[in-house]
Amino acid sequence: MMGFTRQNAGGRATLILVFGFLYVPIAVLVGLSFNEAGLPTVWSGFSTKWYGALLGNADILGAAWNTLIVAVFATAIATVLGTLLALGIETRRRASTGLEALVFAPMVIPDIVLAVALLSFFSRLDVTLGLHTIVVSHVIFDLAFVCSIVRARLKHFDHSIVEASRDLGASPWTTFWRVTFPVLMPAIVAGALLAFTLSIDEFIIAFFTAGAGRSSITLPMQIYSMIRFGITPEINALATIVMSVSAAVLLVSQWLNKDQLR
Amino acid sequence: MSFQATRPNLLAAPAVAWLVAFMVAPCLLILGYAFFERGTWGGVVYTFTLENFARVVDPLYARIFLNSARIAATATVLAILIAYPAAYAISRAPKSRQAILLFFAVLPFWSNYLIRTYAWIVLLNREGLINTVLRWGGYEGEPLSMLYSEGAVIVGLVYNYLPFVILAIYSSLSRLDMSLVEASRDLGAGPVRTFLRVTLPLTLPGVAAGGVFVFVLSIGNFVTPALLGGGRFQMIGNLVYDQFLTASDWPFGAALGMILIAIMIVLLTLQARATSRASGTVREAQR
Repeated sequence: MMGFTRQNAGGRATLILVFGFLYVPIAVLVGLSFNEAGLPTVWSGFSTKWYGALLGNADILGAAWNTLIVAVFATAIATVLGTLLALGIETRRRASTGLEALVFAPMVIPDIVLAVALLSFFSRLDVTLGLHTIVVSHVIFDLAFVCSIVRARLKHFDHSIVEASRDLGASPWTTFWRVTFPVLMPAIVAGALLAFTLSIDEFIIAFFTAGAGRSSITLPMQIYSMIRFGITPEINALATIVMSVSAAVLLVSQWLNKDQLR
Repeated sequence: MSFQATRPNLLAAPAVAWLVAFMVAPCLLILGYAFFERGTWGGVVYTFTLENFARVVDPLYARIFLNSARIAATATVLAILIAYPAAYAISRAPKSRQAILLFFAVLPFWSNYLIRTYAWIVLLNREGLINTVLRWGGYEGEPLSMLYSEGAVIVGLVYNYLPFVILAIYSSLSRLDMSLVEASRDLGAGPVRTFLRVTLPLTLPGVAAGGVFVFVLSIGNFVTPALLGGGRFQMIGNLVYDQFLTASDWPFGAALGMILIAIMIVLLTLQARATSRASGTVREAQR
């Protein structure tokens, strides 16, 4: 009994330390974003003025709009392609190593390598760079993540309900929309939400495939150039908003896909 | 075997076409570039050469490679040392709480990488939080310069990739057959010995998966050395960036990129092999 309690206490202490390491840096940023002085050296009172400053910054608003456009289009394409891919892989009679590697690659390939490869590719084909090339590039990794989430759901899929539907005379098309799709729906939405957050946060590939000029700057590119100029209270406020959006989207995604965890 | 009415290959085709067109083809293109010469004004001259790969062993670049490998290896080891106890504690928590603990351990991983790295600039710089706290604590010397150092880069890498390592090790631990651990204890092995001889070997696949992931993403990292190393700590990722955006030596940049891909493929293959061997050991142990 003694050993048991000691182990629990040790586990709890470990978790407090590790969660502290993970969350204190983020908490500091969030805290500072509400500091009137904006600096870590003095706390001069609670203020939302840095958030107000963001709303008056046309560069940031423009970048946020671009990011939203890229994320919406990339997510839409990736969700369709990734879901079909998951269905394709899981209904194959035999697993294909080549296919598995192809689908796994976007998740592990160093992003700088994919970024320079895409830049070389687009410029070799004389494609004008812009938001559309960022969308095309983001679909690559977005679809891989959508696919892996939908596949996880398909693995636990009860195929007998599909057979039942077919036996009762439903066509394959009806069966898909009335049986398979509703069961997969939470995973598809969860995958889409994950793809959306990956897209709004992605920096390097967007940076290389956006082309020159301000017109296709995304929020992460904007944040990167702000950080290069030094710490400003506006970055803290912007960072807080961006992280809150990601966290909210992920919470919804996780909640939708929660059956998967059991 | 029930959606047989639909054709699997047809369903996979659009995504496969996308990946082949926009991932495989560009990678093959730069694989090709790596064997050509650079033009005087940038661009690529289509004359075959092995020069780009020869330059990698040039002491100047070899040093960057070794530095990157050392930084990545240190980050990997530290991440595993922190993640293992954390994953172990989560796997021993009440079942009802494991999912939520795991979710919050992984949540930061999906948030903005730049922002998570920036958070460390706020903590580590000379007027940053750590120096401020030290001054409150009565420290009166020069503020510590912790930012723009190898240590800062390593901390940034560990911080950013830790959640994934926790996830990988947890998934191994949660599949661990507890009867093997109990058997070891019943046969008289102490907790330490049981851990070293049973638990750890059986969860090595998770450790390997997490470790390979951290190493591969760290050695090719661009953002962390650029922001926390302050440009003074060049890693391969920064070198690739420079070749494409400032030095305009695309063939050399392409060669460096291909070496990163080669490192990734070798490590993933080794990891896959180690994992299949480990699952063989489990089957034997259970027999």
